[in-house]
Amino acid sequence: MSWTHLPGAPTFSIRFDGEPVTAVPGQTVAAALWAAGVRSWRATRGAGAPRGLFCGIGACFDCLVTVDGVPDQRACLVPARPDQQVTSR
Amino acid sequence: MNHDVAVVGAGPAGLATAVTAARAGCRVALLDSAPRLGGQFWRHGASESSGREHQAWSVFAALRADLLDSEVDYTAAAAVWFVESTPDGFRLQVTGHPPVRARRLVVATGAYDRALPFPGWDLPGVVTPGAAQALLKGSGVAVGARVVVAGAGPFLLPVATGLLAAGARVAGVYEAGEPLRYARRPGAIALGKLAEAARYAATLARHRVPYRTGHAVVAAHGESAVSSVEVGRLDRHGAVVSGSRRSIGCDAVTVGYGFTPQLELPLALGCGTWLDVDGSLVLEVDVAGRTTVPGVYAAGEVTGVGGADLALTEGRLVGAVVALASGRRSPYPDSVLTRMLDRRASQRRFARLMHEVHAPPAGWPSWLDDSTLVCRCEEVPLARVRAAVTDLGATDARTVRGLCRTGMGWCQGRTCGYATAALTARLGGRALTAADLVAYARRPIAQPVPLAELAGPADQSGGKRYRPA
Repeated sequence: MSWTHLPGAPTFSIRFDGEPVTAVPGQTVAAALWAAGVRSWRATRGAGAPRGLFCGIGACFDCLVTVDGVPDQRACLVPARPDQQVTSR
Repeated sequence: MNHDVAVVGAGPAGLATAVTAARAGCRVALLDSAPRLGGQFWRHGASESSGREHQAWSVFAALRADLLDSEVDYTAAAAVWFVESTPDGFRLQVTGHPPVRARRLVVATGAYDRALPFPGWDLPGVVTPGAAQALLKGSGVAVGARVVVAGAGPFLLPVATGLLAAGARVAGVYEAGEPLRYARRPGAIALGKLAEAARYAATLARHRVPYRTGHAVVAAHGESAVSSVEVGRLDRHGAVVSGSRRSIGCDAVTVGYGFTPQLELPLALGCGTWLDVDGSLVLEVDVAGRTTVPGVYAAGEVTGVGGADLALTEGRLVGAVVALASGRRSPYPDSVLTRMLDRRASQRRFARLMHEVHAPPAGWPSWLDDSTLVCRCEEVPLARVRAAVTDLGATDARTVRGLCRTGMGWCQGRTCGYATAALTARLGGRALTAADLVAYARRPIAQPVPLAELAGPADQSGGKRYRPA
């Protein structure tokens, strides 16, 4: 997918709904998901419409996700860490 | 520790303020919500080499070296979620850190992309230009393989060329404004800006990227994510010229119409605001960067969106002003300060011209249908906003907010505030006012904060205890 690998950077894995997703140090959770082709990780309360990244800098709260059991984290701000468990909501 | 000054925001304005004030001998606290220095403009990845392709990276490198060399008390990943006046200055509550106290406060919190709604703008893959830039500069990820870049403003160009450099295809750049209008006021444009624009134009031409002015993305389509957009030519009122719509396939689209300054902290302190020519709510400041509240200063986008060069100039000026107010010597001789004031005046003139050229198209509400969401969080469609005004008699943005729940969801009006306020004014047959925007910009709790932090131990002076005014 749309993925620009930083040359020479080591990679690690996070888990998204149980599936492994590759990440690079310094990347956000949203960026790692996006690079893996994931475009949405939340459904709206009303219409159940899919949502993912929108503002990308922490202002819009569209990208909320559960990280290691902590709900309502902004995926565009949370740094990806090895073995992190990311759950859609 | 009590600081002479707390600077909130470590982008161009905040960095310049902190470094300048520290050089004059001030005890400075610099707080920024991001893990790395530089703000949105100089956003970079974890590796040292990741920012070098940035504009004016050498300016950032020099400021960062000055900062690390100085006594500035810099805290990364420190979001200020509450500010209050104390008898001897200000106390800032910071997520994950002890409160910070300072005699003076400099607001340099910058801005985020201003979005306008259109049918399909809530589909995954529709993002702001800032999101595409943050993904690329911060995390090394291109937002799509075939991307449409649209909206208004000079920022669209580095977003498009950045994507090209990362190997993405750019299916077209659609600028709603008419940049030819710059030519009518040639004196207002610095040569450097012209050269920069020429470099971007050459890159787009080399990659055969169509660049259209007076055009906008007016709809996005797709199932679980965007797969195409409709682009239309705009008439002089901003409505789509009939027969001009055409479909363009893409897997991502970035759309943004300028920027919205981030004003939670100064609004909580009661700082005066006004409506800038771009329709943004901005802080009222004097020539020295003083807001209407004693001890509160502002620099950069919060005083009026104008870009990084202007933010740097204002940061240096405010740094010097704060130093003088703190009883230190000016870090610059008077002649240098005079030149800076002149430079700021000419940079402000350019900003005003930029806002005229790239104004949000007045006719954008005509692109929406009744079911188009205006507020993404609370899923409020245009029909409900219209009913609040035409059926229920709401005349101001605050009442619409109460009736429709626009701006009452997760983002607290950050995303829909401008659009809802502008719609309310238009449906009521009047012009947008600062009060309309204030109704969506007041957020006394400036950042989301876990209850544990609210309930956490108060600092010794009794901070965090609720005291009715």
